[in-house]
Amino acid sequence: MENENFVTIEGKKVAIEGEKNLLELIRKANFNMVTFCYQPELQVYGACRLCLVEVEGMGIVASCCVTPKAGMKVRINSDEIRNLRRINLELLLASGNHNCTLCGKSGNCKLQKLAKDMGITEIRYKVKKHTSEIDATAPALVRDSSKCILCGNCVRTCNEVQGIGAIDFAFRGYKAKIATAFNKDMVESHECVSCGQCARVCPTGALMPNSSEIEEVYKAINNPDKKVAVHIAPAVRVGLGEVFGIKPGISVDGKIAAALRMLGFDYVYDTSFAADLTIVEEATEFITRFTKKDRLPQLTSCCPAWVNYVEKFVPEFIPNLSSARSPMQMMGPVLKADFEERGGKREDLVVVAIMPCSAKKMEAKLDKFYVDKNPDTDHVVTTVGLANMIKAAGIDFASLPDEEFDAPFGTKTGGGVIFGASGGVMEAALRYAAAELDPKRKGRVIFESLRETKEFREAQLVVGDIKIRVAVTSGLRNARKLLEDVRAGKAQYDFIEVMSCPGGCVAGAGQPQYEGWKIRKERAQGLYADDAKLDYKSQDNKDVMALYGRIFDKIGGKKAHQLLHTHYTDRKDQTGK
Amino acid sequence: MTDRFKPAVQILTDYGYDSAKLIPILQKIQDAYHYLPEDVMRFLANELKISPAKVFGVATFFAHFSTTPKGKHIIKVCNGTACHVKGSASIIQAVKDKLKLKEGQETTEDMMFTLECVSCLGACGLAPVMVIDDTVHGQMTAQTAAALLDEVIKAEAAHGN
Repeated sequence: MENENFVTIEGKKVAIEGEKNLLELIRKANFNMVTFCYQPELQVYGACRLCLVEVEGMGIVASCCVTPKAGMKVRINSDEIRNLRRINLELLLASGNHNCTLCGKSGNCKLQKLAKDMGITEIRYKVKKHTSEIDATAPALVRDSSKCILCGNCVRTCNEVQGIGAIDFAFRGYKAKIATAFNKDMVESHECVSCGQCARVCPTGALMPNSSEIEEVYKAINNPDKKVAVHIAPAVRVGLGEVFGIKPGISVDGKIAAALRMLGFDYVYDTSFAADLTIVEEATEFITRFTKKDRLPQLTSCCPAWVNYVEKFVPEFIPNLSSARSPMQMMGPVLKADFEERGGKREDLVVVAIMPCSAKKMEAKLDKFYVDKNPDTDHVVTTVGLANMIKAAGIDFASLPDEEFDAPFGTKTGGGVIFGASGGVMEAALRYAAAELDPKRKGRVIFESLRETKEFREAQLVVGDIKIRVAVTSGLRNARKLLEDVRAGKAQYDFIEVMSCPGGCVAGAGQPQYEGWKIRKERAQGLYADDAKLDYKSQDNKDVMALYGRIFDKIGGKKAHQLLHTHYTDRKDQTGK
Repeated sequence: MTDRFKPAVQILTDYGYDSAKLIPILQKIQDAYHYLPEDVMRFLANELKISPAKVFGVATFFAHFSTTPKGKHIIKVCNGTACHVKGSASIIQAVKDKLKLKEGQETTEDMMFTLECVSCLGACGLAPVMVIDDTVHGQMTAQTAAALLDEVIKAEAAHGN
């Protein structure tokens, strides 16, 4: 019986192996049908009509909506199917403003790819929109609804993955569009936390991370009165290479250092340095709070979209958030304090952060991170934004020799590097805590259970009669569930790590677009491979420890608190309360 | 809680705070507030534990719902096929002239009248049809339509005194 469990696709027998729908089976058979609204981790929607196939006895169906059954005979290249898919695609092209050469998504756009693959050279319908409808009010994301094909991926991701629903379909028929509540500009959306997962699943240029800061970076580089320091987040090194044809998961940190110097940056640093500093501060805070049983579970605070979420939706957990700033927001003040110490003026050092993230752009612009109108982080550029700068400069990235980051702010341990993967912050914190609580402990401390891709992961650190229970999750809907379990007393933890993007920063909205879990896993493995080559715990970063006694008095001390810690605000919607 | 949301709380209570009843809840809200105010929609979303964007999506999908304030008297002129053929355009123009409505304006500045052009009222036998508040008037002409409006305006003036 078992060998009869197959579907015939264009005359080729394809075994059914638990595929959820016919489209998955078709793709397994190496027919890489490009579609818009099918996302493996979201509910099936069946809106884009680009996965149409003909099933004998059933007629024409959307293959994403059909369960594979033994004996099905499927045609995907019949004249009728080819014609229908072409009509549907032309209608989508006619419905919006799809001027590829002037679009930031060009070269990475599914609509463009499909039109090219299907050989479309003319649109038989009247094109409805010729002008952009841009909302660039928010620092994190830019929308252009004239490029939207209403596939709904963004809406479903915001609802199903993040549990928020900041955007939804609004209006009707020809006027239908994706809108925030009450059709406000993005910057006025109360619900949006800037995570950018909507942009991550957008097949066109309708939703993208804001790239307007790149011009400011060029201006700073070309200003002889300014020094420009740049630092790259851990996840950037395992994402950027993909743009230049390098296999996912290969760390290209050395090539990035070389490219940044070629672009004209004066100091080339690594955010992993600041991640080590974060661990020193945050894990010390944790040990103090754990010892006093004070505000447990402690929640990590390095993901700005997560912090946003807590402030807007579950402010009762604000006391639980670690007061430690994110690595990016520690790096800025440290670099500027160091620059001032060496006789420079704060505003003459421009700090540029290369981040895998859209929310980091929002974080850098928060009022609390300005000193005398000068921001701690001047500009944030995404991984893709940096790739675009490298391309614009004509740099042959793949052929670059590896270079080192500048000392001292380019020094890091593995603890700082694994920050880019979901579970990495917690593992780094436990490595620090293990060594602090049990100084005689020998060998590398690692926590394999935190590296899995399960939605909820746990680990324990046992030192004598001390038992520290930790949990890790990613995706805000999962985070909400975890917090509800904590509140209901169903789960007891001492320390919880949350990252907004499923898989962590390696899967952020600023990274090259991807689908499914394979690439996320490979990128994370790239970070753990780098980790294995470095010291494992953050307190072994001698350049970090050297800051204490120089810029800061002591760990958790007054000056450290001023520059490395922050506070949070209850921003829950109070309408009617 | 302020008095403003008391009618909304009553309506939510009547429907058992059931988010599946969003459409009837919005209908009642529109009856109570004469339109769907933003703060009330936001309040509903919070109370029903659904996103405000979802409520806004439903509110803007149906032509029945209005997200802008409406006048005290709602005038619907049917512009369905039968009424159109029977000359509803001249009635719409007569109402606009009488109420001094500019192009694109639906509600008079004194918030007394709102003009809605609707697609079909299902009273094609009486075409052309105009509805003032909930009373249907058939076989209208530009003159009879204007006369009916005059009556309402006169009644309002008397009431005001």
